[in-house]
Amino acid sequence: MKTISKWSIPILVFATALQPLLRAQEAKVGNLTGHAADGKKLYRRYCVGCHGTLGDGNGENAEWIDPKPRDFTVATFKCRSTPTGTLPTDQDLYNSIGRGFYNSNMPHWDALTDQNRIDLVAYIKTFSPRWKAEKPGDPIRVPTEPAVTTQSISHGAELFQKMECWKCHGQQGRGDGPSAPTLTDSKDQPIRPYNFSDATDDSRFKCGVTNSDLYRIFMTGVDGTPMPSFADVIQPNDAWDLVHFLRTLQPKRHSKENEIFHQKAGN
Amino acid sequence: MGEHRHYSQTRTISRIARSAVGLILLGLIVLGSQPGYAIPAFARKYGLPCSACHIGWPILNTFGQQFRDNGYQLGNDRDSPIYQDASYWPITFRVTPNWHVESQSKVLIDQTNSERTITTTGFDLSGLDIWTAGTLYKNISFSVLPSMAEGDAFHFENAWVRFDNLFKTPWMNLKVGKFELDMLLSQKRFLTLSNVGGFWYNYQFLPPGDSNGFGGIGDNQLGVELSGHSKNSYARYSIALLSSVDGNPGLTSNGQGGTARNYDVFANVNEGFQVKGLGVQRVGLYGYVGQSPTYFLTSGGMPVQAQGAKSFSRVGAYGWWFFKDLDIETLYMHGQDNAFLGNGVPANDPAGLPAGAAGPSWNGGFVEAHYTVNPQLIFTGRYELVHMSRQANPTNPANLGNVDSFTIGYRWYPIMLSRAGLAFHNEYSQAKTGNTSILTMSDQTNRSVMIGFDFDY
Repeated sequence: MKTISKWSIPILVFATALQPLLRAQEAKVGNLTGHAADGKKLYRRYCVGCHGTLGDGNGENAEWIDPKPRDFTVATFKCRSTPTGTLPTDQDLYNSIGRGFYNSNMPHWDALTDQNRIDLVAYIKTFSPRWKAEKPGDPIRVPTEPAVTTQSISHGAELFQKMECWKCHGQQGRGDGPSAPTLTDSKDQPIRPYNFSDATDDSRFKCGVTNSDLYRIFMTGVDGTPMPSFADVIQPNDAWDLVHFLRTLQPKRHSKENEIFHQKAGN
Repeated sequence: MGEHRHYSQTRTISRIARSAVGLILLGLIVLGSQPGYAIPAFARKYGLPCSACHIGWPILNTFGQQFRDNGYQLGNDRDSPIYQDASYWPITFRVTPNWHVESQSKVLIDQTNSERTITTTGFDLSGLDIWTAGTLYKNISFSVLPSMAEGDAFHFENAWVRFDNLFKTPWMNLKVGKFELDMLLSQKRFLTLSNVGGFWYNYQFLPPGDSNGFGGIGDNQLGVELSGHSKNSYARYSIALLSSVDGNPGLTSNGQGGTARNYDVFANVNEGFQVKGLGVQRVGLYGYVGQSPTYFLTSGGMPVQAQGAKSFSRVGAYGWWFFKDLDIETLYMHGQDNAFLGNGVPANDPAGLPAGAAGPSWNGGFVEAHYTVNPQLIFTGRYELVHMSRQANPTNPANLGNVDSFTIGYRWYPIMLSRAGLAFHNEYSQAKTGNTSILTMSDQTNRSVMIGFDFDY
């Protein structure tokens, strides 16, 4: 009983002090406002097994998972609409939770309510001091996609060579380029480049599905992985040409790019 | 007239006796083979804690429901077993060592020919479930659940294969085998385990003396099910064509030998919608229309073909309401059996029906609440009733067979990891059944107290 008395006051004080901090951390998407205190309960239910109680990606299952769970304490996120090195927007995190991550243990949590997901975003932002010190970057602009043409595909193929995308992704987009075996992520864990060739109609990229998503991936990069941002080295029209070419590396997927590519090839 | 009254009274006493014994047996059977639909094998496969899929295992939350509807797939391109470590085997064991008290009032004692309350108490074991389930390949899922209780015969609680996302749409899934009827409020995944509270009376109810072989919508059935759902599983439907055998393999609708030749239909539709700040609210409608034989052709004394099938139905509506950490399940059911079934009279002997015989009908429902303090502690309480609206035999007391019950309890999960789960289970249940005591023809009360360790590996 004495032990309880001894610790109960400091615990109470600590808990009381912590609550306003959690409450203060909010996230906003549209009309939704997420609260970290509510998100904490959800995090404990859904996320803690992989991401850990401290949000450092060291949950009880982390050892068995490949790729490893995200470490929220460094606030480096793969899927953003913001420039490389900057924090993502709340919308980016919200989308990631709902979309999940292809070929990883992170499922799509779209069965959770919208409010649940935005509460989780608010709580995730409590793990790193960066969210107090920095603001998210400004989302990059995705210009209107130009029409797919044989020229755009050909030019994209040239860019694929010139920018040495093949070194990681391989000439056929199979993720088997000469650099592929040596690649590691920011935690020194081995990482595999995306394999375009396996894609079917319902396949996804790590950060989306559409051509616009693919364009955005070029421009933002995939932070925490060897995939850099090409925002400073490629013009928007060139980036779209590259998108059109990359779609032809997905032969099992029905797309306008493949139709035009095969018409040109005569098969 | 006098003869008829004597005949009716004899039949009534016989029905009551059968009813009382039936209720006790039902409780024992349900407890003995309580299927535990929580699967740590999936937690091991995906690295998620129990709480990711369960409000408190085994009740599914919205994410768990979506996972189940999607053929035990998360949809992250790692669902096929080819992506698992070769040593992975999706198998789960569940058993519940427990201490329990059972009490039943107004039990007829042979030695004294009088009624008294009987109370028994002691340490005990539940039945054992050995469950394997998962995916055979992308979009082909399966489940096999052999179940047995001490001294009982082994049986398949379920065994099915399901072809998921046919034509690349979640709205088309086809399941074949023995499976749980698609009731969103699942008796296979609820929190109570005791003899008296370990099943929903509405899901298993039959009026006293009714010869319907259908055990209720809580029983798993043999057949084929077409089902579908929206991407987040808020909107769902299912329709199933089922053999009229109450899930018994061997085409056995009653007695022994292959006798069945009839089919039943079950359908269910439900919709979920978000209410800001509260959660996903769900409402649904369901119906079961079936037939049950009233007698059998025999050969050498063995039944060989069911005859005189008569109809029955169970229809109703339900809602599942969420208020943050409090959720409330509500269900209404209307049941009706044909007069031959209700009176236990073969269809080829209409003269055997008592005067004024009618198809028995009843209305019932329950309200069950769960309060989730945190993922490791959940409280539950339930009130349930089934009241007869029409007796099969007009000489029966109006309240014969009525059930009024309540259950309270809690489960504490000290172990809730992605490898295993352990729940400390505490429950008290009570049920009063109308006019079922044999001697005094008055109400009987059954009570259960159960304290146990429910574990799942």
